[in-house]
Order: sequence, then C-alpha cells, then structure tokens
Amino acid sequence: MSEELQKQISLEPERYELAAAAPYRFDLDRRDFFRFLGAGILVASVLKPAVIAQESGGARQRRGDSLPKEIDAWLHLGENGKVTVYTGKVEMGQNIRTSLSQAVAEELHIPMGNIEMVMGDTQFTPFDMGTFGSRTTPTMNLQLRKVAAAAREMLIGLAAAQWGTDRQNLSAAEGKVTDAQTNRSLEYSALTKGQQLTQTVTSDTALIPASGWKVAGQSALKVDGREFVTGRHRYPSDQKLPDMLHGKVLRPPSFGATLLSVDTQKAEQMGATVVHDGNFVGAAAANAELAAAAISAIHAEWKSEPQPSSKDLFDYLRKNTVEGKDPTGDGDRYDVGAVDQALSSADHRLQQTYTVSYIAHVPLEPRAALAKWDGDKVTVWTGTQRPFGVRGQLAEAFRIPEDQVRVLMPDTGSGYGGKHTGETAIEAARLARAAKRPVKLTWTREEEFTWAYFRPAGVIDVSSGVRNDGSITAWEFHNYNSGSAGIRTYYEIPNQRIVFHAANSPLRQGSYRALAATANHFARESHMDEMAHSLKMDPLEFRLKNLKDERLRAVFTAAAKQFGWGIRDKTLPGRGFGMGGGYEKLGNIATFAEVQVDRKSGDVKVVRVVSAFECGAIVNPDNLRNQIEGSNVQGLGGALFEAIEFDNGKILNGRMSQYRVPRFSDVPVLETVLLDRKDLPSAGAGECPMIGLAPAVANAIFDATGVRLRSLPLVPEGLKAS
Amino acid sequence: MTTIRLTVNGSAHTVDADAQTSLLSVLREQLDLTGSKYGCGEGQCGACTVLIDGKAQRSCITKVGTVSQKQITTIEGLASGEQLHPVQQAFLEAGALQCGYCTSGMIMSAVALLRRNPEPKESEIIAFMDGNVCRCGTYPRIVSAIQKAAKLAKGTSAGKGAGR
Repeated sequence: MSEELQKQISLEPERYELAAAAPYRFDLDRRDFFRFLGAGILVASVLKPAVIAQESGGARQRRGDSLPKEIDAWLHLGENGKVTVYTGKVEMGQNIRTSLSQAVAEELHIPMGNIEMVMGDTQFTPFDMGTFGSRTTPTMNLQLRKVAAAAREMLIGLAAAQWGTDRQNLSAAEGKVTDAQTNRSLEYSALTKGQQLTQTVTSDTALIPASGWKVAGQSALKVDGREFVTGRHRYPSDQKLPDMLHGKVLRPPSFGATLLSVDTQKAEQMGATVVHDGNFVGAAAANAELAAAAISAIHAEWKSEPQPSSKDLFDYLRKNTVEGKDPTGDGDRYDVGAVDQALSSADHRLQQTYTVSYIAHVPLEPRAALAKWDGDKVTVWTGTQRPFGVRGQLAEAFRIPEDQVRVLMPDTGSGYGGKHTGETAIEAARLARAAKRPVKLTWTREEEFTWAYFRPAGVIDVSSGVRNDGSITAWEFHNYNSGSAGIRTYYEIPNQRIVFHAANSPLRQGSYRALAATANHFARESHMDEMAHSLKMDPLEFRLKNLKDERLRAVFTAAAKQFGWGIRDKTLPGRGFGMGGGYEKLGNIATFAEVQVDRKSGDVKVVRVVSAFECGAIVNPDNLRNQIEGSNVQGLGGALFEAIEFDNGKILNGRMSQYRVPRFSDVPVLETVLLDRKDLPSAGAGECPMIGLAPAVANAIFDATGVRLRSLPLVPEGLKAS
Repeated sequence: MTTIRLTVNGSAHTVDADAQTSLLSVLREQLDLTGSKYGCGEGQCGACTVLIDGKAQRSCITKVGTVSQKQITTIEGLASGEQLHPVQQAFLEAGALQCGYCTSGMIMSAVALLRRNPEPKESEIIAFMDGNVCRCGTYPRIVSAIQKAAKLAKGTSAGKGAGR
C-alpha cells in the first residue's frame, strides 16, 4: 500500500470498527519456504522496495537465508510447473480470485488453470490489513503482476545460463522459455527443477502495458465457478470437524445491558457445556437445536439503561457531537477562501439539510466460525474481510501471542464492509476452549441484524452560493456522524468549508460498501440539482460548467449520451429523469436514472439506470459490469427503502420479513458504459459505482413530481399525493 | 427423537431427529449436504430452496417429519456426474453469481420454474423468482441465465432429468 493510500484510509474515521492495529511485520526464513513448498523459485513482493533495496545493498537476487520483512505477497513456481500465489486478500464475491489469477497468467505466460491462489490464511499468507477500500486491484493486482513478471525474468535468466546464450534472444510464452534463433525451448518445470531461488521484486520490474494485455483485460469466468453452481464450495458456515459441537450465545435483551445474575443449572443438565465469563454466556452442544434449547433454559437478569430511538435520531446526532475527539486527528476539516463573505455576496443562496439512516449489510451468509484448540494454540475458520485483524482480536481476547492463532477464511458469502470484526470467531473459540472440542457457531439472521454493526446514519447541512451565470462561488458542508469518505467536492468552487463532525452513535456502526461516500454524494449531488433548478439551468449543463476534472466530465458525458439526456420524453405522466455522480476510491462514476411514480398508489419504480464508469485500465470487463450492476441493485435498497428502526436499545425490524432488501421485481433495466483507460493504472470497482444512484433517483423523483426528498431512504412507504 | 426415512437425490437415508427439526438442518448436519444454505430461517430469502416432489420449497421452514414419503432433490443431486444440469451450466456461463451463497437456492428455484414452464417470459421469471434474494445484486444475470437454460434444455435432453 502506498503512503498516499495509507493516508487516504486513515482519513476515513467512519471505519470505527478497525481501531488502530499496529501493522504486523512479517519475517521468515527462506529455508522454511522450500521445506514447505518444495523446490522451485520463489518471488516475493515487498511494500517498500526502495527501502529493502537499500538495506540489502541493492542486490536483487537474495542468496542469504532471510527474506525481507514487509512482504505483501509471494509466488512459488514448483518443479511441476504449478504456480501457487499467496496473498492475504480474501474472496467474498468481488471475484478477485479470478482477476488476480489473470494478472499472474498475463505476466508469467501460463494458463490460468495452472495457478492456485492461497488467500487469507494467516499461517501461510503474508500480513494484509484487510480486503476493503477497493484496494485489491490498485495494489495487490499490481504487486502480483510485478511478482509474476519477475518470475518470468528469472526463468529467462535460468534458460540463458543453461544454454550459455544471451537472454536477449529468449522469450517466454505458454509456460516455456524459447530461443527464437535455435527454436529450442524449455518448460518452466524443467527450469525450476532442483532450484531453491528466491527474489524480491523491485520497483523497476518491467510490466506489460495494458495495451498489450492478452489475458488481463479480457472477460474471464469465475475460476472456481463450478464449485459454486454444484453446491460443493464450503463456505465458513459449511465447515466441519470430527467431534464438533455447535455453539450458541445468550444475547442481552438490549444494547448496553449488563448481566446481574445468571442461572445455568438447567442448561447444564441438558448436557450442554455452558460458559459464563464476564458478560459472555454461551453454550455448546451436540447439535444446534440443543444448543439453542440450552440457551433458552438459562435464566438471566440484566440491567438496561434507557437508550435513544430512531425517531429522534437526527436531533440526537447533532446534539451528541464529539468535536476534537477524532481518532485520526486531522482531515476532518477543509477550508479554502472566505466562505462567509462569498455566501453573503452570492446572487443566489441555498441552504438544505439531508439525512441518511442506519442500514444493515445483510450478507446472505451470516457471520460464522469454527474454532479448534490444540493445547494453547487455536485455529479458526471464519468469514471475515480481515483474517489478520481477527487473529489480533483472538490473541487479545485469550491473552495469547498472535503466533498461537491461525485464522483461515474460506471464500465467504459476501461482506460489503460488514465482516471486519471477529465476534463469532471469539465466541466459538471461547466455547471450544471450555468444551475441549471444536465448536462451530453461526449467527442467526436476527443476531446478524442486531449484533453486527451498521452503516452510520448521518445529518448533512449544505449551504451554497452561486452567481447568475451558474458559477458556484461558495460551498459549506457539515456532515454529522455519517463519515468523511467522499466529503470533498470535485466541483471548482473558490470558497469552501467542509467539516466532518464525529458523534456518539446510538448504535454500533462501521464500514459499509462505499462508506460515507454514498451519504456525501447524495447530499452534494441532490444539492447540485436544487441549485440548477433555482437557476433554471439544465442540471447536466450546470454540473459541467463547474467541473474541470476531465475523467469526471467524460463519465457524465458518456452516461448522458447513452441515457439520451437531451432527448428524454417529458410527456409521460409520473415519469422523471435525474443524475448523480462523482469520484471515489480512484474511480469515476456518473449514474442516470429514470423513475415512474404513481402518486395514487405511492409506488415508485426505478425503471432504467445508465452508469458510465471509469477506473483506469480494465482488468476483467464482464466482472466489472457485474460489480457495477450489483452496486446499483444493492444501492437501490439504501436509496429507496432500507432503514434500521430501533427504540430503547432494541432493533425493531431485524428480520428479513421486516427489513426489505432489493428483489428481482425491484430491478430496473441496467445499462453500463465502460470507459477503458489503458493509459491509467487499474483501480477497484466494488464501491464507487454505488454512489451515484441515490442522488440520481432522488433527482428523478423531483423531476417526476416536484417533490424534493432529502432523506435516505427516499420512499420507505411510497410517495403518495398529499 | 424419532427415526425418519428420507429419499434425497434418489438415495434412501435413515436419520434420528425430532420431527419438528427443519429439513435444512438435517440435510446440512446429518447428511452433510451443505449446498443448501441458511439465510434467514423464515422462508424469506430462498437460499435453502430444495425440490420436494419437483416443487421448490424452503427447507428452513419445512419440518423434516413432513417429507419422509417424498422425493427430495438438493443442489448436490442436480448434475449427472460431471455433466452439469443446464441451469447450472447457464449460471456458470452467464456469470450469474458473485459470492455464490444464493446460487444453490436460485438454481433450485429455476429448475422448478422450468419444469412447470419450460419457456418462461421475463415477467414470469421475475414473478416466480421474487422470493429468492441475491444480496450481491446479480438479478439481471440470473434472469439471463434462466433464459439461457431454457434454450439449453430445449436443445438437449439433459433437462428432462431435472428434479428427479
């Protein structure tokens, strides 16, 4: 991860759940590698190549026994020609197992089928902070390309030495090194035979430019898709061990409740292992039904404190700010020019407030973990976006060193930012330690809705000033609680004051796909529409007048063209058109939406969405489309109807039957325009495409009805004529 | 606890279970058929969908005691050896999955739909499948996959074995 990215991530205070864990420094003896992997060649990528090169006297090929610290990925090419890639990144539906394989296949010139990706196993993969922030493509994909390219160059070097020829005459293709002059060739497996070579990648490792890509840049199906369509893939909740018990935890009746007394006698008589340790009460039994029955048989008394309700949420957030307590210390405030003066001298002024509710991730696979102790060492299989983070939490919970903890992450049933923490892992491990047998614990949907964390709710105040000609002169933006991702404006405005106000949240909150960029873009892009309307300007023209960034202009222009913005049919009753867009996580998005509103029934249907997206050089076009479509569909829920309701420490709608998520019948026609910038580095796409949808829909509803909605979700109860 | 005889994917099984236990739990824990997933426990998401006498049912709210005389088909029973069922093949080719956790249930519902209606219109697919949730939002691809499967099944005889 570059310093810049590291900085960018630390500037997102809404990642409350991450705390600040000290980065782990990997260290390994190279002999251990070969003992474990077998002979062959090993190439490692390091976080700071320049520093490593300095420390090791600039030598590229390492012959000593130590490998550098700060490795972030490595690749092993075995004597059988098989390539194994080790990365701490994890797969949860973004299809990086596939896109990273493409990167390696491209540079190493081998079929994708010869590559095995070992991901998210803390014993065998290098430290990784976690799979979030759309960082896999800009960082890990690039690192693996370098690693694979370095391996290819090593193989060419080995062939040159064997043949006693100049490496300039040799080239690698289809798993072989070939000498074009003599037409002789050697398989990679023949070149790696008996070798134990290691190398670290340096920044000058030459890569194939995107314009020359043959495997990367092409659509590729999910590498292990067959496992999924046959039901063979074992998700974390499908993991099993002999002698395994099933665990269940006693939950407090409300948030923040403390345990006064507990009687576990009946549960124990049922044959369950019962643990009471501080505020933790849990049971393990031969099957899940028995564990649940044992928990029901426990008599516990709790002390609850009065807590806020979702009805008073937005007032509560404003009144409960914690100014100056931001953990990152800076980055929450941006000032330029003289906003107050510019506001008072503007031709038009506008002041509005926007709000967003708490929403739940609802990963279809709830949190699950299987834990097994071996003496004072624990192994946990669990669904998490941060295997190393969960390892740290386990070590802390059980007061054992991290090297006694192994966390494995079988490809999980989605995360969306919601699986960063290790509650289930700790619960399963605690029960397993008491039962002296492996314990599996899967949260119920209700537990997932209640005891996970939510996307932060927020209040956003926007004040703006604009000249008669449509130039924005002043911009004041205050975000309470929802977060600072995407808080800065990309429009050219000489006077700005932008502030994030952290607040005491009544609910546990944390990361959610695109973080606060959804809230901040909703407020900003809705406000842009309101300003355009007050000036009687076309909203596209108004945006472009205030936008210099070429990449953003390109996506707005491309989406407008595909959508037919200039030729939309304004005669259809109840039909409306709107747009939203922006820049986030190195990607650029413009989203145009068409809605149909029936004021009689209150029904609001999004009928068509056009997205234009640009994230540099495209690695896998079909998967990119899949991610953009998915972002729009998931975004539809938060835009239209998803909201967590709560009262006095209890969630009121924590079931699938009570919390509406988008279904087949909600899905509009989705059209995607991809702008492939082969001249720019590849960026991630799991988050950015989501941010334009909510404002596009809100603006389209205004266009259809003249009703301006400033709260997400926009129409949880529909939109009836008042 | 009672002894219950089940016919799953054409094979007879005897399990000891409370008749009130969910079929999903018995499939997953006792028969090790983990392809059917828990998603909500109240029949709202469809991740647990299996075929019971050819009809799509939510195994999380189906009591195991009620299905002992019936033919149960799970995702594991769909392919013939290495030959995928046309619906499985179509999901694979259409890239109709991201995390894949809903996929088993989606495929089983789609198989039931195509048995009843071998050439469904798009609106019929949407209406039939609306009880299955894909949180990753691959719905349009699933609709395409089902249309593709209908064509595949028409072109081969493989589709006739569906649902057993």
